[in-house]
Amino acid sequence: MRHDTKGLIDRAERRSFTFDGNTYSGFKGDTLASTLLANNVHLVGRSFKYHRPRGLMSDGTQDPNGLVELHQGNQITPNLRLTGQELVNGLDIRSQNHWGSLDWDVLELNDLVSPFLSAGFYYKTFMWPKAFWEKIYEPIIRRAAGLGRLSMENNSDRYDKAFAFCDVLVIGSGPAGIMAALTAAKAGAQVILAEEDFIFGGRLNSETFEIGGKPGHIWAQDQIAKLAAMENVRLMKRTTVTGAYDGGTYGAVERVSHHVQDAGDAPLETFWRIAAKGCVYAAGAMERPIAFQNNDRPGVMMASAVRGYLNRYGVAAGKRVALFGNNDDAFRTAQDLAAAGVHIVAYVDSRADADITGDFPIYKGAHVTNVKGRKRVEGVTISGAGDIMADCLGVSGGYNPTVHLPCHMNGRPQWNEQIAAFIPVPNMVPGMEVAGAAGGTFSTHGCLKSGVFRAKEVLKSLGLEGRAPAIPKADASQTQIRPLWTVPGKGRAWLDFQNDVTVKDVKLAAQENFKSVEHMKRYTTQGMAPDQGKNSNVNALAVLADATGRGIPETGTTTFRPPYTPVAIAAMGAYSQGHGFAPQRFTTSDELSREINAPMIEAGLWYRPSYFPKDGETHWRQSCDREVNMVRSAVGIADVSTLGKIDIQGPDAGKFLDFLYINTFSTLKPGKVRYGIMLREDGHVMDDGTTSCIAENHYVMTTTTAAAGQVMRHLEFVSQCLRPDLDVQFLSVTEAWAQFAVAGPKSKDLLSQVLDAAPDLPFMGCGDVAIGGVKARLFRISFSGEHAYELAVPARYGESFFKGLLAKAEAMGGGAYGMEALNVMRIEKGFLTHSEIHGRVTAGDVGMGMMMSKKKDFIGKTAAMRPGLMEDREELVGLKPVGAVKELNAGAFFFASDADPIRENQQGYTTSVGFSPQLGMIGLGFLKNGRERHGEQLKLVDHLRHVTTQVEICHPVFLDPEGSKARD
Amino acid sequence: MIDLIAKSAADGLLPVTIGSMTLTELPLREMHSIAPFKGAKVSAALKKATGVGLPDVGRGTAKGGVEILWTARGQYFLIGATPPKLSAAITDQSDAWCAVVLSGESAPQVMARVCPLDLGRMGEGDVARSLVGHMTAIIVKRADGFEILVFRAFAKTLVHELREVMVSVTAQAALPD
Repeated sequence: MRHDTKGLIDRAERRSFTFDGNTYSGFKGDTLASTLLANNVHLVGRSFKYHRPRGLMSDGTQDPNGLVELHQGNQITPNLRLTGQELVNGLDIRSQNHWGSLDWDVLELNDLVSPFLSAGFYYKTFMWPKAFWEKIYEPIIRRAAGLGRLSMENNSDRYDKAFAFCDVLVIGSGPAGIMAALTAAKAGAQVILAEEDFIFGGRLNSETFEIGGKPGHIWAQDQIAKLAAMENVRLMKRTTVTGAYDGGTYGAVERVSHHVQDAGDAPLETFWRIAAKGCVYAAGAMERPIAFQNNDRPGVMMASAVRGYLNRYGVAAGKRVALFGNNDDAFRTAQDLAAAGVHIVAYVDSRADADITGDFPIYKGAHVTNVKGRKRVEGVTISGAGDIMADCLGVSGGYNPTVHLPCHMNGRPQWNEQIAAFIPVPNMVPGMEVAGAAGGTFSTHGCLKSGVFRAKEVLKSLGLEGRAPAIPKADASQTQIRPLWTVPGKGRAWLDFQNDVTVKDVKLAAQENFKSVEHMKRYTTQGMAPDQGKNSNVNALAVLADATGRGIPETGTTTFRPPYTPVAIAAMGAYSQGHGFAPQRFTTSDELSREINAPMIEAGLWYRPSYFPKDGETHWRQSCDREVNMVRSAVGIADVSTLGKIDIQGPDAGKFLDFLYINTFSTLKPGKVRYGIMLREDGHVMDDGTTSCIAENHYVMTTTTAAAGQVMRHLEFVSQCLRPDLDVQFLSVTEAWAQFAVAGPKSKDLLSQVLDAAPDLPFMGCGDVAIGGVKARLFRISFSGEHAYELAVPARYGESFFKGLLAKAEAMGGGAYGMEALNVMRIEKGFLTHSEIHGRVTAGDVGMGMMMSKKKDFIGKTAAMRPGLMEDREELVGLKPVGAVKELNAGAFFFASDADPIRENQQGYTTSVGFSPQLGMIGLGFLKNGRERHGEQLKLVDHLRHVTTQVEICHPVFLDPEGSKARD
Repeated sequence: MIDLIAKSAADGLLPVTIGSMTLTELPLREMHSIAPFKGAKVSAALKKATGVGLPDVGRGTAKGGVEILWTARGQYFLIGATPPKLSAAITDQSDAWCAVVLSGESAPQVMARVCPLDLGRMGEGDVARSLVGHMTAIIVKRADGFEILVFRAFAKTLVHELREVMVSVTAQAALPD
């Protein structure tokens, strides 16, 4: 319930939200957690496995129990932390992980059968029968042991990601972080101060002690105001640094608009990548629990949280509060509660010699051995004193420095006897210094001093110096602790609240020889899921150490991996949803093609027209057949701008090409075009295409659309690494030109109407031409087998030129043709695409072995002659159906007609098929020693589509094998 | 005859103004790549012919409407003039790029979301090759913002992605503390 005066909340602004349909109100400055406690709600969730009632345990984002779903329209954000979410009007919050209602959870029965659900029960129970796992056991277990749900709708929330840079990144804005930021900022460094909370000051906002004669939170506000006024400081609140990565890069999540009711177009979160030259890590420490019977009942909380809720939010977590600790810090809670008039029913200290006094019952050298009550604490049992009525129990087992980030690069923290905790060791993350409680310095004065000192260390490494700020007066006392991990006794004592792991489970793991801490973790699931063991790791390994007879340092910790807190994948993938996944490249003819209803297909990042439907055509095949016939009888226009065009110049350009291609290009004369094949270093075909000699020492290489980037990268590699001796320069000119194929017997007529002066180019010739005075390039090359040209104009004219070409072609009985027709025509001609040169074929396989020059060296030459690449290869063949079944499918396998269609008997496969209006179904494929087997009949089996076709193997060139049409 | 009509890459898509920022397309300009051959000294000849010599790595130099940008290892773009004959590979890049300028107070915040470089360190006239979203780009720091060049065919994606971030940045600036 709410205390009348305490807290950093704005009582003038009342806000409310709903939790499972009930409305709860609080104030601006509240979290959902403090609002619920103020409304006396402790039960907030159900545990993972046993569905035990669970309540808020802490006041920080490490809370293992306060995970809920946020519902907005059709969106569900799961695993939202009650302790981190600011109270915003109208939030629709629902509890998660229960069947039935939160109050009456059907699966609580799991708790009654718990002896059968102990650690490792999956592995023991669900081994047999094997097939049951996937279909029966797993779905049931998943349902029962769920966390939050997703809406299963596409994500419609906005997210954001960004880069930031600084000299010094300060993580955490408690006393150490503030002093570090001040020190770095005064030295002139570019500083980013990242704070997870929505107000700066860290733990100072939850404590009552003073710094420099002022309340700690006021002192913090003053310093933050100073920092905010400095130009070289960037303050980032609501920002959790989630990971430390190579090269001083840190990942961070900023909760941008979770605190706003209507954020408009603003994103929910921004995922930051911060590149920092140095870092002061001052993330503080987290209080840890003690394991005893029923220590997971709602109302059992961390002692620091009990006073945190009181001091920061003005919320008393109970009317009759008991406290149980093994250290001096727990006593601070007693002092703050007493000062605020909250009734303390018992103070239990496990240390017989603890130096504490107070106006409430104190039990020294005693333990809390059990908690009464089910959905809420009703009382506690104290060893030697019996049962006492209480509605809240604050527990402190000491503090664990938050060593996560310093350990993210696989460093291992060191055990410190004095504070009974792990602390980071120097240089775990290069450039990072650890300050304050995160480094094991727990006194306030020590934290202030440590912040200055660590910042100076970072500044020194950056070559920066400045006058450090004076260290204000603050409490310098060290808290004393005597380790206590578990209270001996019967019943289940909980270690990991999020994964329902008990002391018994860890002991069982040790007993079953899962003695390594990493094995224990996986056997028991301790330390997994959203909280990643923030509350339980050290306690669990202490229990393991005890069970295995080793010390804690020898037992060690599990591996700390990013992210520190859960990060929405949507934040990391911001702007990459849908079309944002990859950029789109559009040709200059794209809009016009779409206007005339051409369906577009993706080719790499490009979009190309599939076919151009005419009135009355109801099936793509009708359009495709018409377009093929049109090109073969009249003239067709196709946009081929997407093919890669690389301009290559220099005294050694010819030599460079000779080294790249298997055939020779240095002999190519200006005005001539040659087809070439290039290999990878491993001897397999990388790409093919034509290269034209534009002028002396000046070539334009054409690549396939798909491999344009790969070939460019290959050229850079060859030029920079393999042949830096060659004087050659090259650059992509793909985008400079809009290039169109003009193919068919009437192509020459069409050109004569378009060009200012049509040259009489021979087959495989090229030259400069002009269109209305605009310089263009003409190539007489053919991918259809027809008399054909490719004409390139500056891209700015692409659209109007395409329009003009279409009009001329249509007047001659021609028109545009798309990828389908282009593909049919190239199959008829046995021309290659990346369906055939798919990365596993040699030049010999595709019938180009004779092109491999014996007179020169070239990339892949030696590797191509390896044993295995030379003999018994699957070779390019053509195929056509000969039986009743005419269907051919790419990807189907060849078998002898009488062989079983099983893997061992396969002799090759098909790569491309198409319907030739002239020849019917035809295809290309690779068949073992196929060149010698033309005329043979085989069985073609498509196991996926269940089609078996009798085929005849033939030469891969179906049409005009002499190439007379293209040459004439 | 065919009537050839020149169309810039982002024709019909720009300008757009969102919040304090404006994204505009630069008009089509004459632009040539210049990559000197081994040992060739072309700066003096360029300066004589165009008034501008080769800039340092990561820089651009401009004078009288002519500009040369460093664009890659051993490669420069001459903008606004025709290159003389040089001992260098020269290609016409005038049509190959979509060139836009993002200007306004929040432009740096937008760039921090699409480009992984520390653009705050760029001075006026500095040039960088980097990414804008998933696209490779040439980025030039201008007095009033950033000039961005991506391949012509990316124009729609460039405008779409920058718009989206401009909207987000503008909305973020309006959020309460």
